[in-house]
Amino acid sequence: MDIHEYQAKAILSGYGVKIAEGGLAYSPEDAVQRAREIGGHVWAVKAQIHSGARGKAGGIKICKTHDEVQVAASELLGKRLVTHQTGPAGKVCSRLYVEAGTEIAKELYFCLLVDRSSERIVMVGSAQGGMEIEELALNNPEAITKIYIEPAVGLQDFQAREMAFALGLEAEILSHAVKTIKGCYRALRDLDVSMLEINPLVVTGNGELVALDAKMGIDDNALFRQLKISELRDKTQEDPREMAAADRGLSYVGLDGDIGCMINGAGLAMATMDMIKLAGGEPANFLDVGGGASAERTEKAFRLVLADKGVKAMLVNIFAGINRCDWIAEGVVQAVRKIDMQVPLIVRLSGTNVEEGRRIIAESGLPIITADTLAEAAEKAVQARNEVVAKAAALEI
Amino acid sequence: MAIFINETTRIVVQGFTGKIGSFHAQDMINYGSNVVGGITPGKGGQTHLGLPVFNTCKEAVQQAGAEASIIFVPPAFAADSIMESADAGIKYCVAITDGIPTQDMMTVKNFLRRFPKDQRMILTGPNCAGTISPGRAMLGIMPGHIYLPGHVGIVGRSGTLGYEAADQMKRLGIGVSTSVGIGGDPINGSSHRDILEKFEQDPETKVILMIGEIGGPQEVEAGLFAKEHMTKPVIAYIAGLTAPEGRRMGHAGAIISSAGESAAEKVALLKDLGVVICPTPAAMGDTVAAVLAAM
Repeated sequence: MDIHEYQAKAILSGYGVKIAEGGLAYSPEDAVQRAREIGGHVWAVKAQIHSGARGKAGGIKICKTHDEVQVAASELLGKRLVTHQTGPAGKVCSRLYVEAGTEIAKELYFCLLVDRSSERIVMVGSAQGGMEIEELALNNPEAITKIYIEPAVGLQDFQAREMAFALGLEAEILSHAVKTIKGCYRALRDLDVSMLEINPLVVTGNGELVALDAKMGIDDNALFRQLKISELRDKTQEDPREMAAADRGLSYVGLDGDIGCMINGAGLAMATMDMIKLAGGEPANFLDVGGGASAERTEKAFRLVLADKGVKAMLVNIFAGINRCDWIAEGVVQAVRKIDMQVPLIVRLSGTNVEEGRRIIAESGLPIITADTLAEAAEKAVQARNEVVAKAAALEI
Repeated sequence: MAIFINETTRIVVQGFTGKIGSFHAQDMINYGSNVVGGITPGKGGQTHLGLPVFNTCKEAVQQAGAEASIIFVPPAFAADSIMESADAGIKYCVAITDGIPTQDMMTVKNFLRRFPKDQRMILTGPNCAGTISPGRAMLGIMPGHIYLPGHVGIVGRSGTLGYEAADQMKRLGIGVSTSVGIGGDPINGSSHRDILEKFEQDPETKVILMIGEIGGPQEVEAGLFAKEHMTKPVIAYIAGLTAPEGRRMGHAGAIISSAGESAAEKVALLKDLGVVICPTPAAMGDTVAAVLAAM
């Protein structure tokens, strides 16, 4: 789960990290009010969306008068911002963070994350901040310093100092830098943060170290013990279909294709989508219905897949382990009877009680296309999809 | 031989008396696994499924000679159970539990590293379907009947995709020495590479099918190991050609977050390392058959 910049900053501030004075605004009037409260002559009006690279997408505006703040806020609120992290659909901005302008002497990059290879927290820093770390890693990897943290003892002062020197910080702010770095690490450990990125971390004109941006991702598996963090969830930033799926205990990811999928198991789901692509089609979604695909769950999954009006054919691929194919077949038949299906349905069942499952589908009298193997299922789904498209084209002519 | 488990391996179930634990314990017993009891703290001394219940893992080791354990404990308590089994002297542990926090797994891995290597418990999972040595023992939640006994080692992240592979092989009359699920989490007990090493040492395993997916470095690390240290052929399929960057595809670990983690990149790297690639997920059985035929 991701949280907003203003939320991450509030958390970090509690751990001794310096941030600029700021406030949240839901309207242009709010924004001006926040600017008044903050005082000064320069403000940054920042779109709060779950994505980095907001600056490039026009999501951050520097304003020098209250009128400019008002105009910037009006422009940003309700605007759909597209960055390389949001995908082409972008994310709508419904909250603004108004922040006191900061005089920047130096921009740095700082990040803490779980490294899967070493199975440790790694601290990543660079004196060349402001730009994307991916770009830097590609063009100038020597400019990046990585320090791995031993989980048994945690981050040590000497490691924080090593990072501070790698960031090119002056001796005068060394102790504050150590405090900042250790504060970030404590926040990460206390709150089950899986990724914390401060880009840029800046040295101000006054020689202070300030987190000018903050991006934080929380381990979903740990939300059960991070109740306060769970409350920070902003549903407007998440795909409504994925949210609906999560509420029903299903795992769904919307994609750009037009063949809807319902599969049990994440690996088999990815493999089935691969097979659709190799057969010349494009999957409309990833959907893992999980182990216990009951009739009720099956119906919910069908409704979810078919809520995407772009779907032109639907493929069900279930490998029954603990499950039984006859139960799944009954669930599918019930779902199809309840839902007015407008697109062809291809079903492939495999595993426990497969013959019984196939018999139930065959005897249902419903126009369900069946397949024995994974390859056959994908080919039939692509063929059915192509026929639907051809028919629609013929009708238009 | 097979790896990790056989018909004599003495198995205990952690989270024995719960609904899920009971169901799968019975299923494992029916398959022929040598289940010698279970652990549910506070229920020690009782009998469940005709077997003794112990309060602690240590008691299970001391009184029932437990060697392997399987964990059905809920995510909030699973890391603790894994460490308990390692401390008690269990040799091999399968963690089925899905949803263990990543930091808990870091603690578990760190705890395991404290033991000298020859005394260190081997953990596979969490978030996996378990391990099966067909015809001998099942330490997991898979449908046992889809596996034929044989000479192909399977290692994979996903449960059902592993079943698909076993099923394709069964249709061709190809059997499995051991199938190991390493699970879909970002930090897991054993990596693809760790399991390849075991298969390389197992005289009964002739070839290995590795079923990987997007995200993380493990498949490529396994490919490097195969190139440098293995005599047996390794065949691989990597799921997730259509997966977009930065999106979690069901498994907590199935997310492309940096260079080299997409299916296409992994396939290209593995090919360079001499791993035989299954062109499609429907061709896992055929590819294994072709490699076996050429031996």
